[in-house]
Amino acid sequence: MSVAPNRPASWTGRVRETVVEALPPEKLLPDGQPTYVASWIYVFGVASIASLIVIVGSGTILSLKGPAWWHDTGVGHFFNSIHLWAVELFFFAMVVHLWGKYWMAAWRGGRVRVWITGAVTFLVAIPTALTGYVSQQNFDAQWIATQAKDGLNSVGVGAFFNVTNFGQMYSFHVLLLPMAVIGLVSAHVLLVRRHGVVPPFDLETRLAQLGAAEPGSSGASNDAPGERP
Amino acid sequence: MSRLGNLLRSHDETKPWSGAYAPYDLIKELFVAVGAVALLAVILAILFSSPDQRPSTIAQWSRSLPVDFVATAAKELAGTSSTAGYGPPYNHNGEGQHAAFIYLQKWLGVSHPINTANDFVVDPLKTVPNDPALRAALAEYQAAPESTRNAWSTAYAKPLEEYEAASEEGKTPPSVVSQNASTGAVTVDAKGTGPVPRMIASLLSLAQSGGLDGSLVASNQFFQTDYTKPLLFMSDGGLLAKRAEVDHLLGEQWGMMNETGSYPGQTWLWLYTLWYQVEPFKSSENADILVMMVMGLLSLGLICIPFIPGVRSLPRRIPIYRLIWREHYSRQAGAGR
Repeated sequence: MSVAPNRPASWTGRVRETVVEALPPEKLLPDGQPTYVASWIYVFGVASIASLIVIVGSGTILSLKGPAWWHDTGVGHFFNSIHLWAVELFFFAMVVHLWGKYWMAAWRGGRVRVWITGAVTFLVAIPTALTGYVSQQNFDAQWIATQAKDGLNSVGVGAFFNVTNFGQMYSFHVLLLPMAVIGLVSAHVLLVRRHGVVPPFDLETRLAQLGAAEPGSSGASNDAPGERP
Repeated sequence: MSRLGNLLRSHDETKPWSGAYAPYDLIKELFVAVGAVALLAVILAILFSSPDQRPSTIAQWSRSLPVDFVATAAKELAGTSSTAGYGPPYNHNGEGQHAAFIYLQKWLGVSHPINTANDFVVDPLKTVPNDPALRAALAEYQAAPESTRNAWSTAYAKPLEEYEAASEEGKTPPSVVSQNASTGAVTVDAKGTGPVPRMIASLLSLAQSGGLDGSLVASNQFFQTDYTKPLLFMSDGGLLAKRAEVDHLLGEQWGMMNETGSYPGQTWLWLYTLWYQVEPFKSSENADILVMMVMGLLSLGLICIPFIPGVRSLPRRIPIYRLIWREHYSRQAGAGR
């Protein structure tokens, strides 16, 4: 079988070429951003990632010391508190980020996968947190597990995801679901780097269009035919 | 393209940015953000700590609420407790919840089989050593036909249920149930109960000694991680709910998203919890599956926003984007002048 002269013959070479083509270094780690990337709303994306890093860091310490450590020591309880508040900050930042991206219609310009990975990350983060709540080995864990089981059992999920089984929930919480969240966030960030931050609605064009039809219009209160940005 | 395809296509003509770029240090931004969030988390941890109320045990439950414990054990034996009639994934005594023709709970089957009479009462009692009277009672119970066992259990459970109902309503409870305040023993003076009073009295002693906690997590393994049986048994009783009510964790108190103390809890579950507070979900026997299906559809909707006509157009119609990109637009306006 012949190989195109400009394509490497090895699998490794082809993967490298595909990766570099999709994300050349200047796109992956640019040292400049479009001038429109200038709003406080952009802070919440990186704040979500920063919160996730703090969650993973504090969670790693908690899991290295074992699930009972934080109940018996002040230091352990302190790290558990950091873990808890980082989770609260993570969800807060992520929800503001999602709302911000919605109002920017950030799926425009071939960025649908960016939106989908972000939305799925939010949805996967919910059971990740729930498994943490039911793995706490305290009264909260007892109560939340006995309540959550009914919703999960009602749709058949309880058959293979048993919230009253501490061992299973702990595995999901410290390994499987965090891996899914980290994987999704990584894919999301790489897609953002590949496609760039979504540009603003093209107000100039819209104003020109609307100005021709309706002088004095603000250009912001309607939708051009074909939903043109 | 089909009509549906045309409807779903967003007619997106967003062009790549061809304007100016400004210096931006992504790595520095990430490091600063991690530092800021870590500092904020540490400050919040120092100021507010985190909740950690000790878990309830069956020993505590049987000592603090012995009548409730005995009543629950009697229901487990009679097969009238919530767990006994739950259906899948615990047993075949019910079909579980459904929405129209969708019986997901039933279809997924019994994956964690629980026979409440055997698992919560009879089997733990078999572990009690040196008690010939209990041995005889267990032998009599197990040798009897199922209808007789049910008749004994029901005759024993009925006055206890009446006692609990009267206590809840503030009425005088029936005198056939009495509690010894010093020993914690409970006596039910009812006829036609066979060996059940002896069995339940032994179960109460076993529970108060702490032995039942261990019995219910025991399996063929030395190490134990599955607390399904003790949690289900306890949730059939009143102790967990009593504690939960104090900490505003009941269903009607938006319980799923709260946690003990004044902590934010799982606020991200607000929409899920909301449905349980409103009709028709609130009074439905199938509330859980209905709420889960609604949330499943809404979650799918969130993922598919770029394809949903109307919803995907709102950001263009409501000019919040002018606030977000106000610097950009004012720069554009300045350049155009």
